Amino acid sequence: MKTTGTRRRAGSAISDKAIILEHVSKAYTAGVPALNDVTLHINKGEFVFIVGDSGSGKSTLIKLLLRELLPTSGRVIVNGTDVVRLRRRQIPKFRRSLGVVFQDFRLLKDRNVYENVAFAQRIIQMPNREIRRNVPSILSTVGLAGKYKARPKQLSGGEQQRVALARALVNKPQILLADEPTGNLDPKNSWDIMNLLEKINNNGTTVLVVTHNREIVNAMQKRVITMKKGIIVSDEEKGGYIDED
Amino acid sequence: MRINTLFYCIWQGIRNIFKNKWFTLASVATISACLFLFGLFYSILTNFQHMVKNAEQGLCVSALLDAGMSDERVAEIRGTLMRRTEVSEVEYVSAADTWAQFAEENNFGDISIFTENPLEDCAHFDIYLSDVSMQPALVSYLESVEGVRKVNQSFLTAQALTGVNAIIGYVSIGIIIILFLVSIFLISNTVSIGISVRKEEIQIMKYIGATDFFTRAPFVIEGMVIGLIGSFLPLIGVYFIYNEAMMYVAKRFPSLSQLLAFLPVETVFTNLIPVCIGLGVGIGFIGSFTTVRKHLSV
Repeated sequence: MKTTGTRRRAGSAISDKAIILEHVSKAYTAGVPALNDVTLHINKGEFVFIVGDSGSGKSTLIKLLLRELLPTSGRVIVNGTDVVRLRRRQIPKFRRSLGVVFQDFRLLKDRNVYENVAFAQRIIQMPNREIRRNVPSILSTVGLAGKYKARPKQLSGGEQQRVALARALVNKPQILLADEPTGNLDPKNSWDIMNLLEKINNNGTTVLVVTHNREIVNAMQKRVITMKKGIIVSDEEKGGYIDED
Repeated sequence: MRINTLFYCIWQGIRNIFKNKWFTLASVATISACLFLFGLFYSILTNFQHMVKNAEQGLCVSALLDAGMSDERVAEIRGTLMRRTEVSEVEYVSAADTWAQFAEENNFGDISIFTENPLEDCAHFDIYLSDVSMQPALVSYLESVEGVRKVNQSFLTAQALTGVNAIIGYVSIGIIIILFLVSIFLISNTVSIGISVRKEEIQIMKYIGATDFFTRAPFVIEGMVIGLIGSFLPLIGVYFIYNEAMMYVAKRFPSLSQLLAFLPVETVFTNLIPVCIGLGVGIGFIGSFTTVRKHLSV
């Protein structure tokens, strides 16, 4: 196992941080923590990989950031918002500041590409004329301008993930959370998606990618946080995938 | 909320109806079946109540008056009786009319040969009740009125009618409650199955920041429209069956036409239409609202 690399500076100003986790623990059943006293700071504009085996706490971490779950203890601050203190009715507005991409794409199957992306804009009550301008623009960014009428089942996995990415980005989120975005894709499509994520990051969006893809993690030379059994075992700048053995 | 968001929610709700054809069909069929039974029972019970009411209206209390009572006193008693809430009509039958009626009923022929009226002390009031259960109260009042020498009443008939009325009331309430609960149960289950299949759709909406209202609105509109369609079909069915039943009874059992005086279909439907539509739309609303709520906590 590689040794822990450069640790993040815990004392940076909160305003520089996109995500702050302070001593966060989460137990689904008493005594079995999915996350155990995790402290993590991610700066605005960073590109971070979170890696680890199944059961290491990666998905729990994403769910806490989305406020799908509440921590058993500790503080979770996302975009300056203490998510633990959020009231139920404040959650939708909070989530609009995040873009989310899942391994299984989670597209609305009965709607075409355009409507899937426009849906995110309708939720924030964007006027129709703005939607008609923004959706083609973001579809062209992800390289799907010519397929706006297609239904998800008519697209390849890579294309579906690009639609999901377009939907996540159309509202210009400050943070993009990607949970195994290449998990269902072949190597070529995986690289296409990662290149898009890098491009998005270069435009200033904080990108957090949970992945198992060793090749991509090792090649991209980004910050890598490795988790094991609910704790962070390594946090490296320009890190690589740490083998279990 | 922006007007285009509202129209979007409504459009999505209506679109879902056509998109999920089998779910729509199952829900409409369930609501229709329940409301059809409701409509039939409502029509039968309303008619029963109408027939009992008719029987009640034919029932009267007779108050025999002292012989030789002045016209002023008769008018005074009549006026007092008319002001009582349980009284619907008061008919004064003079001694002469009583005698003429009696003679006619018994085929006496020409009564002018009688020099005296043998029923001179039989002038009376026939008092019809608006509520037969109030007969004892009226009788005890009449017995206290000066100039009333005897009160004749049909105690057993009144008691029987009151009992039948009460039973119809209880049965109506019971059947309506049972049908309502069964409808809610069946419809919630149907809606629940239909929405559970689309649980993922709700989750996606929630993940990307949709409010509960925005997520729920299309489902609720869908439920209400299904409820509306589901209430029209049984109304049409009950309308035709009701008319057919009336014609069948009139043709097949003409002798019963006096006894089985059906309410006109318009009278029954004046209440049945809003009740059925209200139930259908209400059940559709409650069913979809509560079922979606289960999936909103994402």
